[in-house]
Amino acid sequence: MKQTKTKDHAAMAEAFIKDEERVDWHDGALWYIREKRDIASKKIPEWEQLREAASMIKNNVISNLHEYLLQFEANLKKNGITVHWAADAEEHNAIVYAILKAKEITQMVKSKSMLTEECQLNEYLEERGISVINSDLGEYIQQIDNEPPSHIVLPCIHKRKEEIGELFHKHLGTEKGLSDPTQLTRVARKHLRNEFLSRRVALTGVNFAVAETGEYVVCTNEGNADMGAHLSEVQIASMGIEKLIPQKNHLSVFLRLLARSATGQPITIYSSHYKKPREGQEMHLILVDAGRTRQLGRADFRDSLKCIKCGSCMNTCPVYRKSGGLSYQNTISGPIGAILAPNLDMKMHADLPFASTLCGSCSNVCPVKINIHEQLYKWRQVIVKEGYAANTKALGMKTMAWTLSSPNSFNTAGRAGRWVLQNIPFVVNNKLNPWYKQRDMPEGSGQSFAEWYQKNGENNKEDLK
Amino acid sequence: MTVGLFIPCYVNQFYSNAAKATLQLLQKLGVEVVYPPKQTCCGQPMANSGFEHLSQGCSDLFIENFSAFEYIVAPSASCVLHVKDHLTSQTNPELALSIRSKVFELVEFLTDVLKVEKLDATFPHKVGLHHSCHGLRGLYLSQMSELNAPPFSKPQHLLNMVKGLEQISLDRSDECCGFGGTFCIAEEAVSVKMGKDRVNDHIKSGAEYITSSDLSCLMHLEGILHRNNEKVKVIHIAEILNATL
Repeated sequence: MKQTKTKDHAAMAEAFIKDEERVDWHDGALWYIREKRDIASKKIPEWEQLREAASMIKNNVISNLHEYLLQFEANLKKNGITVHWAADAEEHNAIVYAILKAKEITQMVKSKSMLTEECQLNEYLEERGISVINSDLGEYIQQIDNEPPSHIVLPCIHKRKEEIGELFHKHLGTEKGLSDPTQLTRVARKHLRNEFLSRRVALTGVNFAVAETGEYVVCTNEGNADMGAHLSEVQIASMGIEKLIPQKNHLSVFLRLLARSATGQPITIYSSHYKKPREGQEMHLILVDAGRTRQLGRADFRDSLKCIKCGSCMNTCPVYRKSGGLSYQNTISGPIGAILAPNLDMKMHADLPFASTLCGSCSNVCPVKINIHEQLYKWRQVIVKEGYAANTKALGMKTMAWTLSSPNSFNTAGRAGRWVLQNIPFVVNNKLNPWYKQRDMPEGSGQSFAEWYQKNGENNKEDLK
Repeated sequence: MTVGLFIPCYVNQFYSNAAKATLQLLQKLGVEVVYPPKQTCCGQPMANSGFEHLSQGCSDLFIENFSAFEYIVAPSASCVLHVKDHLTSQTNPELALSIRSKVFELVEFLTDVLKVEKLDATFPHKVGLHHSCHGLRGLYLSQMSELNAPPFSKPQHLLNMVKGLEQISLDRSDECCGFGGTFCIAEEAVSVKMGKDRVNDHIKSGAEYITSSDLSCLMHLEGILHRNNEKVKVIHIAEILNATL
């Protein structure tokens, strides 16, 4: 499942920013969602306590994952659901393929699963002659454009409606130039309806899996995941092992937080509970590790597994809003993606923890209170020590550290000033410095404060007037 | 009360007026201020770039310069936060921890320690307040827009005491400006776009000045303003709080 990457986040972002009009509406659309989230969260007086409760419940889950997984497995079996365990993406994909093959099925409908994107399931199955249709509208648009989702909740948020119209013209035969969202949605609906009716296998993701009951909950707004599941002969759910919650009543915390954080809605239109197969239906659930236990073993980063994939950290992140989700080159983009991705492939994703100003807004909106920006800082330390920090090496950190820690090399006021001018990376007085491309240098005041203080001494009150 | 004045490296070089205003303001308020001459840098540029392990020398020097003071005050929220969160010592860890609790950003020192309720300052201009992220979400100088919690703002509280000053309101009250230390170089395009958008919010709202308790944000915004020949100026909050006609 190895991907390759030829450009880093900064280069991808720079390309995205060239189309400034696009960046402005992308930024505006996501900021609008952040504002909706603010309004929704401020209507609930106990919002901050809800976040704390969710954080504690998830802490409990990741601290007792072994027990909850076994309990969940036992209850799934009791309910008549077949349980599969997958150590990695390869195993996960092979399990799905084996289920399809046993039934001699060559078509599948899929919805609301970032995990299968992470596992690159579509590509795997297509190589084996199985066609997969993503039934979530945004995911479908990304699929026909042969592009990964750019946002975990809003997969094609970076696309203009005209671009979607053009795609539909090419793939679904709509009239050229048609870009009205309502009309395009109608066309997609009609097309997808036929797929639902003819496909015998439906795969969905899982938002919450309840250990005590062996049921799982899928939250959507379109209902397409439900339609696929209801019409299927074989229903498959794929979930990361961290998606558990201990009890059903904990949903009263998480369902209140999820949609408000994600889009500012009080709740998703559909919160569907799946527990038992219908008569004549087969249900499978695949529990996937794919690096999660490795992350669980990293004391500084295990908290990232509390994530409920609401996307609020992306909507609030100014770097994400200005650079677009595809610039992260990981299924999960934005701040949460930047702390999850290095666990999957530290070398390939070494750039992501640096794609942040550490402003901390992500940690504040996170409904399960993951300290995202602190983990970004900590990943930077790890990545540098492992020797993967290609872009920051150029900044001459060693020389800088040596000079700044030695009063003798920095000592007198004038020399200090000259040293700063020549060495602090963001104020290097050199026109080749990236600072200077679109920003002027500070003019300075001729005399440094240290020089002034040296001359005027400590009894300067008169001079200052 | 004796305060050790910590003037970060780039402030010393480029913004000596802000440093002088900090010194004078504290003196006006009856504080004894000493500037240890051998100071350099808090080590943040290294640490935030992933080279925290190279910043021990900076920490040691900081301790050497400032351990004797009752309080340490700096006109830079970001550098203060770095010291508060990361100052360490291999030989005397307790001393490092005690220094962490003695270091204050200027605004919080004025409101929390000196408990200033009145200032003799006049600044008859329209001013936009830029919250630095480290001041806001690190030092809690103001309430953060993301949280469902009662509003407050220490810098606004102080600016309200300044005669003639009119505070303008922004569309996005506390969005990051995109400076981010070495981020402003490593992610130049994103950094500048973020800065441009912050600047435009202030311009649109009619600000004559953008002020902040962090000069690093202001240096970045000023670089963009200047390049685009905008009339709006940046000014450190110490210069406003110390301004007379």
